[in-house]
Amino acid sequence: MKKYTNTGSKDTRSGFGAGLTELGQTNPNVVALCADLIGSLKMDDFKKNHPERFFQIGIAEANMMGIAAGLTIGGKIPFTGTFANFSTGRVYDQIRQSIAYSDKNVKICASHAGLTLGEDGATHQILEDIGLMKMLPGMTVINTCDYNQTKAATLAIAEHQGPVYLRFGRPSVPNFTPENGKFEIGKAVLLHEGTDVTIVATGHLVWEALEACATLDDAGISAEVINIHTIKPLDNDAILKSVKKTGCIVTAEEHNFLGGLGESVARVLAENLPTPQELVATQDTFGESGTPAQLMEKYGLNAEAIVKAVKKVISRK
Amino acid sequence: MADLKQLENLVIQVRRDILRQVHKVNSGHPGGSLGCTEFFVAMFQVLLERKNTFEMNGIGEDIFFLSNGHISPVFYSVLARSGYFPVEELNTFRLLNSRLQGHPTTHEGLPGVRIASGSLGQGISVSIGAALAKKLNKDAKLVYTLCGDGELQEGQNWEAIMYAAGNNVDNLIVTVDLNGQQIDGATNTVLPMGNVKAKFEAFGWEVISIKEGNNLEAIIEGMNKAKSKTGNQKPICVLLHTVMGNGVDFMMHTHAWHGKAPNDAQLEIALAQNAETLGDY
Repeated sequence: MKKYTNTGSKDTRSGFGAGLTELGQTNPNVVALCADLIGSLKMDDFKKNHPERFFQIGIAEANMMGIAAGLTIGGKIPFTGTFANFSTGRVYDQIRQSIAYSDKNVKICASHAGLTLGEDGATHQILEDIGLMKMLPGMTVINTCDYNQTKAATLAIAEHQGPVYLRFGRPSVPNFTPENGKFEIGKAVLLHEGTDVTIVATGHLVWEALEACATLDDAGISAEVINIHTIKPLDNDAILKSVKKTGCIVTAEEHNFLGGLGESVARVLAENLPTPQELVATQDTFGESGTPAQLMEKYGLNAEAIVKAVKKVISRK
Repeated sequence: MADLKQLENLVIQVRRDILRQVHKVNSGHPGGSLGCTEFFVAMFQVLLERKNTFEMNGIGEDIFFLSNGHISPVFYSVLARSGYFPVEELNTFRLLNSRLQGHPTTHEGLPGVRIASGSLGQGISVSIGAALAKKLNKDAKLVYTLCGDGELQEGQNWEAIMYAAGNNVDNLIVTVDLNGQQIDGATNTVLPMGNVKAKFEAFGWEVISIKEGNNLEAIIEGMNKAKSKTGNQKPICVLLHTVMGNGVDFMMHTHAWHGKAPNDAQLEIALAQNAETLGDY
């Protein structure tokens, strides 16, 4: 099977920081806002290099979203940075009215999404943010899988006109997508061709899907692995093309099974090509404190869980 | 500048527009709209340094935001009568497929509107963003916002009020419509807000009071004073003391007409108190 090499584990949030640093040099309209989490969001370089274009808002996320919306009116491209929980649930109505409904060109950049935030526990581990954001008309929703892809996505969304939710995380994870690769919003990436099952994964679960693919390969099961970095707009064609061949699908995400990637895929299949599907996701639960690896194991969000789901879905064909 | 008589005629015509808009669809918010009629007329006819054509980015002109979006009838009337869109379009207020949504939006592309508002408490934040963009663009024009007094009960305002003072956003003038009323009654009975002036001052704002907020000359004088205070490191707050329902005797000094339209007979009485000046739409 096609092998992917981890060129050195890094956190996806650092990919965001590197992308923002580059944007600071290349796009004078890019401005950045942060709600007292500069270090956590890796926005230090942008702040240092472009103090006039950096706005420390303080612990006031609602105000941050409004200020970002206002900045677009003068032609700026604001990137807001805070944890995923405070980027979405805490400020849903501000995003809904001042950004999404008003069609403002704000890039909502959210770190520490999901269980892999780890020890801070459920107050900070949002597992509902993809659902919240994808329900907003006009909102683009992206969940990147590694450092390189997060950097590429950060650059790409600056070129996209319209509101974007960019979701990434805290832990070091394998970095395996091409350095300086092109990021196409809404275009799924076929990582591995297979014939028995389609695995569609997003974010930190993409690497786990590749590991699962290798395990399945050893067991004589040929899995097709697709990286869906853009949950909205969803690449329906890529999904349908693959399941036409494989006849079953597993979706994998670090998110609640309600409102996440799995539900979006289920809708596409129900409308076009009903297909057995298993969802690797949290099961309508809050998280808890623990190490990222412990949490991903306990809540069934790793390669082992994907392998199990694949075997189950194949049996349903 | 238009002379006072012309402005007064426009005020009366705008009152008629407000009443006729809400009456036609039996919905909308006449009370606060009537209370701010003189303010809107003064702003759009005298005070705002604005271009004749509408561009979303507002570069090189003053920008106005309406935070308490429910007083859309006065906003729409004054925008239309200031040339942003045809006055006849006021006929479509709150109707299906209209650009004149119940609360102002950018979604349908109505000229003069730069942000959706209606869910309260968001306008000052947006204004700060626009003011910061003006500073980055080296654009010396100002950003104005109107919000309601009851609206200040929303916490986001105080995040914004703290930010603007802490960051010397001194090209921003926030006017608070102090009519003392909100949907459920007098603000002092719903949620007493104490001394609003002292609160803004404690946060580091320059505060100017316009005691006669339904008097065109007092508004123009007060807002010009506010304008003269910009550029001095402090954001400016104008406390505009208005009478809700002003110009229609049975709608004045009460919250009853906050969000209620007059019936046919009531409309007739209200219009009789405000005889047509510049022509109904």
